[in-house]
Order: sequence, then C-alpha cells, then structure tokens
Amino acid sequence: MGKQYKLVKCTVNGVPRETMVDVRASLTDLLRDDYRLTGVKKGCEVGECGACNVLIDGECFNSCIYLAIWADGKHIRTVEGLQSPDGGLSDLQQAFIDEGAVQCGFCTPGVLMSAVEVLESGKEYTREELRRELSGHLCRCTGYENILNAVEKTMKKRLGKG
Amino acid sequence: MYDMKAIYEAQSVPHAIQLLQEHPQAKVIAGGSDVLVQIREGRLAGCELVSIYGLDELRGVTMETDGTLRIGSLTSFSHLTRDPLIQQYLPVLGQAADQVGSPQIRNIGTIGGNTCNGVTSADTASTLHALDAVIELTGPEEIRRLPIHDFYLKAGVVDLKPAEVQTGILIPRESYENCHGEYIKYSMRNALDIATLGCSVNVVLSEDKETYERIRIAFGVAGPVPLRATTAEEQGRGKPANEETVEAVAQWVLADINPRDSWRASKGFRVHLAQELTRRALRKATKRAGGAM
Repeated sequence: MGKQYKLVKCTVNGVPRETMVDVRASLTDLLRDDYRLTGVKKGCEVGECGACNVLIDGECFNSCIYLAIWADGKHIRTVEGLQSPDGGLSDLQQAFIDEGAVQCGFCTPGVLMSAVEVLESGKEYTREELRRELSGHLCRCTGYENILNAVEKTMKKRLGKG
Repeated sequence: MYDMKAIYEAQSVPHAIQLLQEHPQAKVIAGGSDVLVQIREGRLAGCELVSIYGLDELRGVTMETDGTLRIGSLTSFSHLTRDPLIQQYLPVLGQAADQVGSPQIRNIGTIGGNTCNGVTSADTASTLHALDAVIELTGPEEIRRLPIHDFYLKAGVVDLKPAEVQTGILIPRESYENCHGEYIKYSMRNALDIATLGCSVNVVLSEDKETYERIRIAFGVAGPVPLRATTAEEQGRGKPANEETVEAVAQWVLADINPRDSWRASKGFRVHLAQELTRRALRKATKRAGGAM
C-alpha cells in the first residue's frame, strides 16, 4: 500500500487551516512540522508527560497520542495562541514568570494549556483540586509548588479574590 | 509518525463493520490511548486500523424506557464522570472513571476501550462487573448482548467476534435503584498509575437500613480478568449491616480471588489489599446507603 493522505481542515489558534496530512502523523507532528508551532513539545510520546498538551474544542489532550486526521473540524489551541496581538504575555504566563514556575521550560507550554482549561471553567478550585487537575504533567525542575502558586494566583485574580 | 500500514475511518457503525470485514487483520482504534502506545512500543507496529473515533452516535449516556442506562462505548472517562445521569444514578461509575490516568487521558480514553482491551486493572471494569453490566456488540448479522462476566474470556482477550464492534454498555435498573457504591483504587502514585488492586462494592439495604439485602463486590488485578467475589457476597446477604458482617465478608473474599505475584506487587500484598479495600469500600457504601457504620 502506498502512502495514505487525508485533507484535514481545522482551526488553529483562531486561524483556519487546510492541510494534506500523512495519516500516520500524530497531532504533535502536524502542529510542529506543518504549522511550526514548536511550543508543542515532544516528550515521552506515549501520553504520560503532558509536554505536548493542547486544547481541542476546549478540552486538554496529549497531542502525541491523538491522530492528526482526527483534528478535522476541530478548534485547536496551543501556547502560541495565548499571547496578545501585540505579542504580550497573558496574565497566566506572567504569573508563571513572577512565581518562578519556569525553569528549563520544557513542560511549561503543556502545563499552561491545562491551566487555561482550569481557569476558563470559571470555577474556584482548592489547592488539592488544582494539584489533581495538573496531575497529567511531569516537571523535573520546579517541584510543582511554584506552578501551583502561579495557577492559584491567576485563578484568584480572575475571580476577583486575589 | 506512527508505524501503521493503513487506517480506515468509519463513517457509521455499519461502515465500521464493513471495513472490518474488508480488512480482517485490522484492529479497532477508539481513543487510541492503548492502541497508539502499543504501536509506539512496537507491539502493534505495522498494523492496519479501523478508526471509530469519529462516530459521535456512540457518545453519551441515555436512559431507555425500562430504566436501563445506556452508555455509548465511545463516551470518554471525563464525560462519563460529568454526565448528569451518571451523577444522579451511578456516581460510583463516575468515581471509578475519574481514577484513570490523568486529566488528558480521561479526555481521550473511552469506556469501550477500557473494556475491549480485556485488562484486569481497567478502572471501570471492576465497577461494571459489580453492576452486572451488559455489553452490546454489533456485528454483521446480529446485535449480541452479553453479561460483562462472559465478555471477558482470559487476560487481554474478550469475546469480540470477527467484524464486531462494541457499541454500548447497558446498566439494568436493578443495578442502581436503591443501590449505593464505592470504588477504591490502590496504586503507587496518585496519577498516571495502574491499579495495584481495585475494589468496587455496592449494597442494597433493607428498608430499616439494618440488613444487607444485596452486596456486590468486584475486583481488578485480583485475577487474570476482573472478577466478582460471589462467595463473599452470599455470606453477607441477609446479615446485619454492621462491622461484624463487614469483617466476615472481607474474610470470605479469599475464597474468590486469585491474585498473582508481579513486578508491581506481591500476591501477599494483593491479598491484604483485597481484604482491606473490601472493608473500606463496604463501610463507605453502607454509610452512603443510610446504614449506621
């Protein structure tokens, strides 16, 4: 059997895209290689580390174990979509910097996207609940505390309780 | 890139069956959190796949006219946990689904995949056994409905005939009415870990809340496939809902389980866990049912 392709139409960070994709590609492959969104990291590639995490129709998915062909018709958001039109950082990203939640930075884009899903729910989470919501990410530098501080701080600010 | 020979995307359930007939070697891929990882590991490298991921008609929970709860096989763990019908009638199943992997895995993993992989540690499988779930399999000629106990043949092998697709999981009304449950997963980490042992218990108490009318207990990782502790269940039937019965039931569990030594844990530890988790889950379920514990 020769190579198999499929036309995939999706929206990436608000921009409509149409690409012929190799059916063997993961969504990580599509986002990194075709759209040059290198904020989507290749870590474990088996759905354990969360470095490739993106939002698909508002829910978090490890894009390494999501086939690119499944992205047809979906709205995808990556860390590149968080910056404002003038290139400025979002409040969440700024909080990560202020709280020292970034060290080597490899896990950061994935963690940010999980935090986006949490914050956009508009709910208030306890520290323990936040820990659980972010449990799909491995960070070998920070020990997680500063990440939790940053997410908690942004959550409280957005809820007007900060 | 995944090492696969070809992938065929089903547009409907009949189309999926047709594709499986045309490609008898092909494996069904639902959410892919097992299949894609096994391709990565090399175990399934070079395989042909039939993707059913796009079949939205297999998503969601509905109640049929006779009170049967019907769970579409492609319902993700997170959607199952958040589903209003599950929250109202079967919170224990939502609780079990919420123990799987991590938030991202719970968004992609499906309850159908969790049962079709035939794995004993699958977090929803023990609870589905404890609920006497019925597996609906749609094939070229007929729709079969099998008790989940019969669906599991041996470790990693389920009764899926050629070109059959699991389309739903049915929970009969008797399984949730006046019934309260608890699932406990014991694992080494709080996220992204496979159960060392899982225990799902549900009880029906008498009207005065004094007696166990029915106890159902099921385990994951206490044998090669998820299993029911029927001897222990019988020993508890009709007995007072108190600590003495809880202890007796936990002792009788030994007659039903058959755990093994593995690199994850020893047989001895799993036996200990089976008894202790039975006690804890039975106490919790009894309290939920309104019993004094």
